[in-house]
Amino acid sequence: MAEHILLSALSKLLPASALLTSKEALTPYECDGLSVYKGLPLAVVLPQTIEEAQSIIQLCKHHHTPIIARGAGTGLAGGAMPTKGAVVLSLAKFNKILDVDVDNRTAVVQPGVRNLAISDAVAGHGLYYAPDPSSQIACTIGGNVAENSGGVHCLKYGLTVHNVLGVTFLTVDGDLIELGGKALDDAGYDLLALMHGSEGLLGVMVEVTVKLLPTPEVAKVCMAIFDDIEKAGQAVCDVIAAGIVPAGLEMMDALAIQAAEAYAKAGYPIDAQAIVLCEVDGTEDGVAEFIEKVEVVLIKGGAVETRVSQSEAERMQFWAGRKAAFPAVGRLAPDYYCMDGTIPKSRLAEVLAQISKWSDEYGLPVANVFHAGDGNMHPLILYDANKPGELEETEEFGRKILELCVQVGGTITGEHGVGVEKLDSMCVQFGKLELTQFLAIKDVFDDEGLLNPGKAVPTLHRCAELGRMHVHNGGLPHPELERF
Amino acid sequence: MGNLTQQLQAQVEAAYQAETALNIIGGDSKSWYGREPVGEALHVGEHQGIINYMPTELVVTVRAGTTLSEIADALDKHQQRLPFDPPYFGESATIGGTVACNLSGPRRPYAGSCRDFVLGCTMLNGKGENLRFGGEVMKNVAGFDVSRLMAGSLGTLGVLLDISFKILPHRLAEQTVVIDAGFKQAIKLMNHWAGTPLPVTAMCADGQSVYFRICGAPSAVERSMKDIGGSIYDDGKEFWKGLREHHLPFFDTDKTLYRLSVPPAAEFTPLEGTSESDWFIGWGGAQRWLKSDLPFTVIQSYAKKLGGHTRIMRGGDRSEEVFAPLSPALMTLHKKLKHSFDPKGILNPGRMYKDL
Repeated sequence: MAEHILLSALSKLLPASALLTSKEALTPYECDGLSVYKGLPLAVVLPQTIEEAQSIIQLCKHHHTPIIARGAGTGLAGGAMPTKGAVVLSLAKFNKILDVDVDNRTAVVQPGVRNLAISDAVAGHGLYYAPDPSSQIACTIGGNVAENSGGVHCLKYGLTVHNVLGVTFLTVDGDLIELGGKALDDAGYDLLALMHGSEGLLGVMVEVTVKLLPTPEVAKVCMAIFDDIEKAGQAVCDVIAAGIVPAGLEMMDALAIQAAEAYAKAGYPIDAQAIVLCEVDGTEDGVAEFIEKVEVVLIKGGAVETRVSQSEAERMQFWAGRKAAFPAVGRLAPDYYCMDGTIPKSRLAEVLAQISKWSDEYGLPVANVFHAGDGNMHPLILYDANKPGELEETEEFGRKILELCVQVGGTITGEHGVGVEKLDSMCVQFGKLELTQFLAIKDVFDDEGLLNPGKAVPTLHRCAELGRMHVHNGGLPHPELERF
Repeated sequence: MGNLTQQLQAQVEAAYQAETALNIIGGDSKSWYGREPVGEALHVGEHQGIINYMPTELVVTVRAGTTLSEIADALDKHQQRLPFDPPYFGESATIGGTVACNLSGPRRPYAGSCRDFVLGCTMLNGKGENLRFGGEVMKNVAGFDVSRLMAGSLGTLGVLLDISFKILPHRLAEQTVVIDAGFKQAIKLMNHWAGTPLPVTAMCADGQSVYFRICGAPSAVERSMKDIGGSIYDDGKEFWKGLREHHLPFFDTDKTLYRLSVPPAAEFTPLEGTSESDWFIGWGGAQRWLKSDLPFTVIQSYAKKLGGHTRIMRGGDRSEEVFAPLSPALMTLHKKLKHSFDPKGILNPGRMYKDL
């Protein structure tokens, strides 16, 4: 009944085309990029103005109805997955670049603007927006802020949080809050940092001010081929130890190489055990000097062959295989499950060895692509969702990998976010005290828990049920405290 | 010296029970910053030591009381550094205080701020509970980003125990060049070169001249010097250090020192009641220093018109507000957030804002 009242109020507020309620219209919104988790919302709304979004949020709050903000839906953790009875607030119509300020090297954009569209719009001024998640052709800047998205150039250029100067967001009460702007910092607490990676739990973004960087004069990539993955992992550390900050430093294992080569014809030798791609960018002179240094280090580190791109076309060709790795691996099996843990680079060999052992045990092949420069791994587990029980086994295998990442000093998610997918793994990474603080922060912004509920932060009850309370150095923190 | 976690925790727990205000002190090098400190001293300065340093991971984890000079020396052995160029403002300066104030030096616009390089932290909240956020890896989106929230919160949300940073290698070559230019011309030049891929790592202007620091591969530095022009400034290293530490003659003043944070290309139009010699422009135009006895509200409304905000850096009436006012909705969020970390309001109360 209450739902009917809300829908009728929404229909008075919005044109018919901006309010979707039929099953056919809702189905395209049933999941995000992680399609194993699905649900149908009560409605999808597509406001066009801040005022409309504000009214929608106030209406939902009045009716105690959950609100799930959504960008392009390319997320890989189920963060934008609808839940029953919720209203999905699509920012798809907030797709305008409002201001490009060449002198201050900033752009003010609406959250539904695609990541790559920003760079395209400012390329004529010799500027670009640096973070480049692999979905950049489709993903939106609002989603990038919500997930604190990364990409292949993070080591040198940082994550989304390092490249956004301001956001304007609506609170669950419909208040419009402005954080930052074109200056480099703002007064008060760094709520801008807090909004990054908050997965739609704290507010609904309606405007983003991004930092633009001058386009490097030139970029060159050195491709190094290894007959041993351990050597490749060590060589990656050697590059860093040599004082070089590559723009990109990527690595692939044998299965990923074979798949990528078959798919993209990038010229990768299919008998290689590992390939390292190291890109250097900057001025002509600087790049020439550093790429030579990179090649020397990689040869010294045991590369059986190295090639340096001699042209922009060749550079693109070297990258083509890496960039096509996901779809390429996707051809090897009916389904694949992409993990996103981060580890200290020096622990790579042992982590890969353990993954390979589990891979044999589960009978599920794994292809590894690795943002080696910053330790972010993407093991792709191959499975067949149509085989009974195989998805569950895959999920279990995945959780084990994430637990291993935490054990070696890393994290369960480097850039994809927690969403619904990694709620259980959050219980492994954090203890009760930290989770309690996260829940308290959520409460500060949204005491009824209406913004994207059930995502990103697990309840204490859930963790207790799983028996996965985080153990510090072999002992539970505060043994005197009760356990839920 | 060493790990004082247990003592500090006991002190905060006791203060929580007794509802005693605590004044968190590291190296006591920045007691002049923010509003007037109040409360019983909580000394973190002896909670020292580098816990974990992995040069090839580009990560270091240090206890909050570790001095900046100890960290710089340790990193220097591996030709690495804290990329945000932290000001010391005193030899005793600790990393905890630096993060609490979120202070960054001349390299900030090009490398990033203190907050940008924070990867994780351990802290005591206002109940004395020991919490760990973030981690020791560069990419980490598990949970809300509490570690970066701690940067610049002036100890009002928690007592930092240890902090993990991303670090970077030193650049190979460095040169400083100087060109004669007034402020207006200097702002144009600085923003012009900031929009090119040249490896400029610091720019500032004093009203007479504009200074550029170029760091990178030797060939790139040479080429950049040719492009930018001007003459070589011999004592570049000392000059930038003097700016970072406020040792340049400009900063020798009895007046209130205001810091304005504005869009870097915001035009220079001197505020009524100030003369050009009262100004110094750093961060390529984005950080402007003003020595003046004009009221805070006048400077704040001027900064706001330029698209930024101001704060009192040194001097002034510290019993009043020294940071730019927040909107009522934003202040409400601040108070609730403070309460969620520090329910009895015992951690550095009033150091940032009167009511926080």
